[in-house]
Amino acid sequence: MKRAHGLITGAALAAAMSTALATGAAAQTIKIGVNEPLTGPFAASGTYVVNGAKIAADEINAKGGLLGRKIELVIEDNKSNPTEAAAVAEKLITGDKVPVIMGAWGSSLTLAVMPKLMEYKVPMVVETSSSSKITTSGNSYIFRISPPSSVEATEFKSIMPSLGIKKADFLVINNDWGRGSAEDFGKIMKAQNIQVGLVEIMDQAAQDMSAQLAKIKATDSDTIMVTTAVEQLTLVLKQAAALGITKRIVTTGGSQNPDQLIEQAGAAANGSMHLTTFAPWYPDKTPDPAATKYFLGEWKKRGYAIAGATESFRGYDGIRTIANAIQRAGKAEPAAITDALWTTDFAGLNGQIKFQKQGPAGKESGQSMPNLYLIKIENEKIVLSGS
Amino acid sequence: MTELLQHIVNTLILGSTYALLGIGLTLIFGIMRVVNFAHGELYSFGAYALYFVGVMLGLNFFLALIVAVVLGCFAGALIEVVLLRPMRGADIDTTMLVMIGAMIVMQNGEQFVWGGVAKSVSTPFPELPLVIGSISVSWLRLFVFCAALALIGVSYLLINRTKLGKAMRATFQDRDAASLMGVNIQFIYMATFAIGSSLAAAAGALLGPVYVISPQMGNLASLKAFAIVILGGLGSIGGATIGGFLLALAEELGAGYVSSGYRDAMGFLIIIVVLLFRPTGLFARAERIG
Repeated sequence: MKRAHGLITGAALAAAMSTALATGAAAQTIKIGVNEPLTGPFAASGTYVVNGAKIAADEINAKGGLLGRKIELVIEDNKSNPTEAAAVAEKLITGDKVPVIMGAWGSSLTLAVMPKLMEYKVPMVVETSSSSKITTSGNSYIFRISPPSSVEATEFKSIMPSLGIKKADFLVINNDWGRGSAEDFGKIMKAQNIQVGLVEIMDQAAQDMSAQLAKIKATDSDTIMVTTAVEQLTLVLKQAAALGITKRIVTTGGSQNPDQLIEQAGAAANGSMHLTTFAPWYPDKTPDPAATKYFLGEWKKRGYAIAGATESFRGYDGIRTIANAIQRAGKAEPAAITDALWTTDFAGLNGQIKFQKQGPAGKESGQSMPNLYLIKIENEKIVLSGS
Repeated sequence: MTELLQHIVNTLILGSTYALLGIGLTLIFGIMRVVNFAHGELYSFGAYALYFVGVMLGLNFFLALIVAVVLGCFAGALIEVVLLRPMRGADIDTTMLVMIGAMIVMQNGEQFVWGGVAKSVSTPFPELPLVIGSISVSWLRLFVFCAALALIGVSYLLINRTKLGKAMRATFQDRDAASLMGVNIQFIYMATFAIGSSLAAAAGALLGPVYVISPQMGNLASLKAFAIVILGGLGSIGGATIGGFLLALAEELGAGYVSSGYRDAMGFLIIIVVLLFRPTGLFARAERIG
C-alpha cells in the first residue's frame, strides 16, 4: 500500500514537472495578438482571416520560428462590435502582453482600437479595413496592407473607361467603410464626368434591402456601386434579381468572396463585377506565384472552402508582415517592431508590401499599395476583366 | 408611380412575415404575460431546423418547412415545461430574467453548433422573378406571403373559433375560474407557448431561404416582434396582424422616400407616435384580466 502511494506521488511529481516545463516553453514563444470578428455580422470574413493567419504561423514555425522561438497567435473575438474591439485590444496588450497586433477587419472596428495603440505604444498591422480615416488621422502605430477606398477608387479610374459608365447610384453599408467608399468613388467619378445619383445606406445588420433597391431601380442610372461584406452582398444580389434590376452592379471593398457569392446567390450573381486585391483564380498573375500556390494548397489541404481564399490571404500576409518585421527587429518589443515595419519590403500575395507615409507630418501611419483586379461573374464562373 | 407600387408589393410581403412574428408573441406576451425575449431565438431555431432537415438531411423543401414548424412547437413546449412551469406564480420580472437567460443560451448554442458563417437554403422556386408590368417579385417571396397569410388565418380561427382557443382565453382571463370549469390549466399554458413558438419558427423557416441564416438573425426579429405587439395592442391577433403590416409600410416608405439610413428608426418612430395618442396600442380591448 505504502509502495503504491509512493508511486502515485512520484507520478504526480513527474506530471507537475512536465507541466512546469511546458509552461516554461510556452513563455518562450513570441506572441502576436489577433483581433478579429469571429461572431456577429462579419463572422464569416473574420474567421477566414484567422484561418489565413494560422497558415502563416504554422509555416513560420515549421521553418524553425523567429529568433529561435516559436510564434503563438493569441486570437480574440471582437464580435463585429467596435466597443468589443477596443476591449479586446486592451486585453491583448495588458493581459497577454503581445508586442504587436493584427486586426481588426472592419474600419469602425479598427478606428475603435486605434486610441489603445497610442495609449500603449503598440503597433498594429491592419489587414482589411479600407476607410481613408485610418491612415490619415495621425496614428503612428498603424501599418495597413489593404488598400483604402481612396486608393481603390484611384486605381479603378484606369478600369472605368472600359465599362462606359454614365451615371451611377451607390448602395453602401452604414459605417465608416461604406460611407467612405461612396465619398471616394463619387469624387473620382465626378472628376471623370460620370454623374453620381442616389447614395443609399443599409444598416450593418439589415437583411432586407428591397426598399433601397426599389428606389434605385426607378432611377436612370446604368450602374450600382455596392460596398458591403459578402453576407449582405449575397442578399443585395438576390433581392436585386428579384426586383428585376438589370443595371450593372460593381462591388468594392475586397470582402466579396466571389466564390461564396456564386454558391449562395446562384444565378443572381451573374453579371456582377467585383473589385478585388487578390486573384487566386489566376495564381500566375499574382506578384509571387509560388507563395500564392503554397497558400492555396495549404488552404485546400486544411479543408477550408475555396470561397474564403480572397479574404484569408490578408490574414496570411498580415502575419507574414509582422514576422518579417520581428525577424529584422531582432527582438519582440513594440518599439523595435514599429521601427522595423517601416523598412518592410517583400512580395505579398497581392503586391509588394512596403509602407509609405500617410497622414499629418511627424505622426504618419504606414500604407502599403496592393494591386487591384476587376473580376466578373459569368455563368457562375469567375473571369478576369481588368487590372 | 412604379416605384410606389413596388414599395407596396414589398410592404405586403414583408408585412405578412412581421405579422406572423407578432401574432406568435402576442399569444405569449399579450395573453400569457411572459416577456419572451427568446422569441427571436425560436425564429432562428425554425430557420436552422429548416436548414438541418432540408439541406443536411435532404428532405423535400415543403416537407422540411412543416417539420421545422413542428420542431418549433416541441421546442416551445419544452421551454414552457422546463423553464416556465416552475416559475408559475412568480412575478413578471422573474420570468423575464429567465427568458433573457434562455435567449443567451440558445443564441450561443446556435453559434456553437452551426458556427458564425451564415448558411443559405436553396428552394425549388425559379430564380427569375414574376414580372407584372413594371413590378417584379420573386416566386419564393410570393410563396412566403401566401404561406404567412394562411398561417395568420389558421391562428385566428384557432384562438377565436375552437374549444382550445376558448379555453386559452378563459385561462388567461381568470385562471382559477377556468380551472374550476374543468380546463386543464397546465396543458393550456404549454399549448399556448408552443403555438406562439411554432409561429415564430414558421416565420424563421419561411424567411431563412429568403435571407441567410445566422445565429444573430433573432435579435432584430425579437425587437420587431415586441414593437408590433405593442403597436397592435397586447393580446390582439388582429392588432398584431395590422401592426405587422404597418411596421413594414413605415420601414419601406421611410427608406424609399425619407432616408434609407434610418429605415429601422422609421418603424419605431411610428410606434412612439401611436403610443402618444393611444397608450394601449391601436387595437387593445379594455383590460379584462384580474
